[in-house]
Amino acid sequence: MDVFGSFALVLAFVCAVYAFGGGIAAIITRHPLLIKSARQAGMATCCLIFLATFSLEYLFFSDNFSIAYVVSHSNRDLATFYKIAALWSGQEGSLLFWSFLLSIYVFSVLIAYRNKNGELMPYVGVVMAGVQIFFLTLNNFVASPFKALAAPGANGMMNYVARADGNGLTPLLQYPEMVIHPPNLYSGYTGFTIPFAFALGALLGRYPGEKWIHLTRKWTMIAWMFQSLGILLGAHWAYAVLGWGGYWGWDPVENASFLPWLTGTAFLHSVMMQEKRGMMKVWNVWLVFITFLLCILGTFLTRSGVVSSVHAFAQSSIGTWFVGFLALIILVCFGAYLKNRDYLKSENQLDSIISRESSFLFNNLILLVSCVAILSGTLFPVFSEWITGDRISVGAPFFNKVNIPIGLLLLFLTGVGPLLAWRKTSTDSLKRNFGWPLAIGLAAGVIALMFGFRQIYSWICLILCVFVASTVGLEFYRGAKVIRARSGASFVTSAVELTMRNTRRYGGYIVHMGMVFVFIGLAGAAFNHDIQKDMRQGDSLQIGPYTLVLQGFDTKPEKNYTAQRLLVEVLRDKKPIMMLYPEKRRFSTTEENGTMVAIYSTLKEDLYVVYAGNSPDTQLPVLHAYLNPLVKWIWFGGVVVVFGTLVALLPNRRAVLVLAGAQQLAVAAQPMAHGLAPSATMREGHD
Amino acid sequence: MKKQAKFGVGIGVIVAAMGFLAWLGYGESKTYYHTIAELEALKGSALSQRMRIGGTVAVGSIRHLSGRVDFVLEGEGKTLPVSYIGTDPLPDTFVDKSQALVEGRPGPDGRFVAEVVQAKCASKYEAAPGGKGGAAASPTERSGM
Repeated sequence: MDVFGSFALVLAFVCAVYAFGGGIAAIITRHPLLIKSARQAGMATCCLIFLATFSLEYLFFSDNFSIAYVVSHSNRDLATFYKIAALWSGQEGSLLFWSFLLSIYVFSVLIAYRNKNGELMPYVGVVMAGVQIFFLTLNNFVASPFKALAAPGANGMMNYVARADGNGLTPLLQYPEMVIHPPNLYSGYTGFTIPFAFALGALLGRYPGEKWIHLTRKWTMIAWMFQSLGILLGAHWAYAVLGWGGYWGWDPVENASFLPWLTGTAFLHSVMMQEKRGMMKVWNVWLVFITFLLCILGTFLTRSGVVSSVHAFAQSSIGTWFVGFLALIILVCFGAYLKNRDYLKSENQLDSIISRESSFLFNNLILLVSCVAILSGTLFPVFSEWITGDRISVGAPFFNKVNIPIGLLLLFLTGVGPLLAWRKTSTDSLKRNFGWPLAIGLAAGVIALMFGFRQIYSWICLILCVFVASTVGLEFYRGAKVIRARSGASFVTSAVELTMRNTRRYGGYIVHMGMVFVFIGLAGAAFNHDIQKDMRQGDSLQIGPYTLVLQGFDTKPEKNYTAQRLLVEVLRDKKPIMMLYPEKRRFSTTEENGTMVAIYSTLKEDLYVVYAGNSPDTQLPVLHAYLNPLVKWIWFGGVVVVFGTLVALLPNRRAVLVLAGAQQLAVAAQPMAHGLAPSATMREGHD
Repeated sequence: MKKQAKFGVGIGVIVAAMGFLAWLGYGESKTYYHTIAELEALKGSALSQRMRIGGTVAVGSIRHLSGRVDFVLEGEGKTLPVSYIGTDPLPDTFVDKSQALVEGRPGPDGRFVAEVVQAKCASKYEAAPGGKGGAAASPTERSGM
């Protein structure tokens, strides 16, 4: 199977090179057969990568311990669930996994547009093939996952050597989230290749109009959704596994995943400026370029460890390849831009500072400032070493100081932006749209002050959250009221109907609402506290409203590890509410330890309990308890964000014509149903 | 005022404010990376800076004492005695021969006083995909959000 897999990879490389070279030839000659063959070579590349990935997975499932990668990342007792995850638990496998996910996107694009956009697609195909060639080069020649263990036999020939068992999977990765978090994050990273390919393709081919933006909108949103989900799952994993009571530490790899999310978010907003007003064309193209570059940079930081691996931590040679690839992309993007920049001229100018345009502008500005701050903070050790010779790093205070105010500004714009009119907003409409929400938000702030709320950032966050939630609520209320007056349906039905008629707008509101929930959760972090105590059997510990009593400990042998558990009873108001079992795990194959946190989570707060080892003085087990308010809102907000994105991806329900009420409009729209996509045109009036 | 100028002022204020905050945060959290060998050569004010030092934990050197953990880091043929005084438990990966990164300040008696210890197993730990890379090899203290 390993021979099959590596052969598939070599063939995939050959096909990708053909898709790239043949695609360029097709663009020059415009020969239809050549265009077709380049496209089919692109599809073949994808299929071969699928085969290679499945064969590596097969090697894991068949416990083939003659393959180096399988030996280092699996063992016989490993649960089936984690044998799937073992695929991306190391360098070689994750790079193959990158290629695999990218292929899913590339294949879907090639299939979906095989008979459409004939002018643009050859360019797009070439860009996608170019990216695939890079990763296939790594898969084939730099970090092949199919290397077999071999040793010289009696006859002097190299023979396969099979181990009896593998080394097992790193304990940190043996956790359910690790099975779903990397696929999500990688789907985000790889997904941004598609808008990048379309943007670069459209620029290279001087493809007229905003068509590429309409075409890539849903691809960008899918990538963005996976990226969001990946980041939140990663945060949840860090929260539940690393046992330090927090979910975000501004670690280089965390930052790396956050950077393309920021520029991707900026892009999703600023494209609307181009769609509606023909502005920001240069900006949008560069936002896509930068987002893709940051995705590659993110993969590079994760894989090479150039930032976190300081002196003692071995650096990987793979870095050079990534740096070369990044330089090449920058070069190509600059070249394409300089050559064809006159085609990106703006059609309009900003009219007023209180307008939708300017809110988008500021939204983009602060997202970019945040991105620059995080990027420079993350790469600070690298740059400071270049410039001063000293390797200097910056920590959480640096990132928090900049990003907390930025987050609050962004939250403010989330509420304000969608309700401002294009071009110029009148004072009347400001009063009508923001009067109540502002009053409700401030009222919430005053009430909070009376209850002794004294954390300034959290207090502002609270006011803004209430304000934004009210603006969103008001929008749904007003729209649903109109529909209800006509149809007589219930309020909820009307609100659903309203959403389905303009999924993009109302899906967007749902995403904003999700972000409000996330912010509520983040604001809770200002009130975290924790306590640590050596515990005898029967001892108790008080944290917030909870009393923790150590009932005992036990040892539980499992298939792959041995768990030492503390049996902790949780009481509230002297009434027992539940048992928690924080664990220490000892993995037999690797002789490594793992920690399992026990969490009792409510909407108000999380009780987070860690078995922190035994005290060196007393030999008693140490219980470390944290009380983290509102954390659950973050995960809940994430679910809402994903749901909103899915809603926004749905096509609009046709009933929008009935709402318009004008017979002529319905007639006018009729012939369009056969030709152009009607949803794109109908949206115009509504957004 | 012209519209462009208004935008210019708005953008300028935001960028300047963020720049100032970044500078504050930088001053508060900047940490120098040094090797054990470089540490011996440091003089004067450079010795009072917050710094990170990497090395391998010497076999049998870890001693759990009351309120602190003592161990010896080795690297480039030099050794450095370290006292970890942080409150968080040491990471699961912190054992003999593991690669460790300590963060803190040199003490007056030549011992390095560490507030944070990161460690990874020398034998096999690889950067976790997508998730946490080398640094996520369970740091003892992380002051995030």
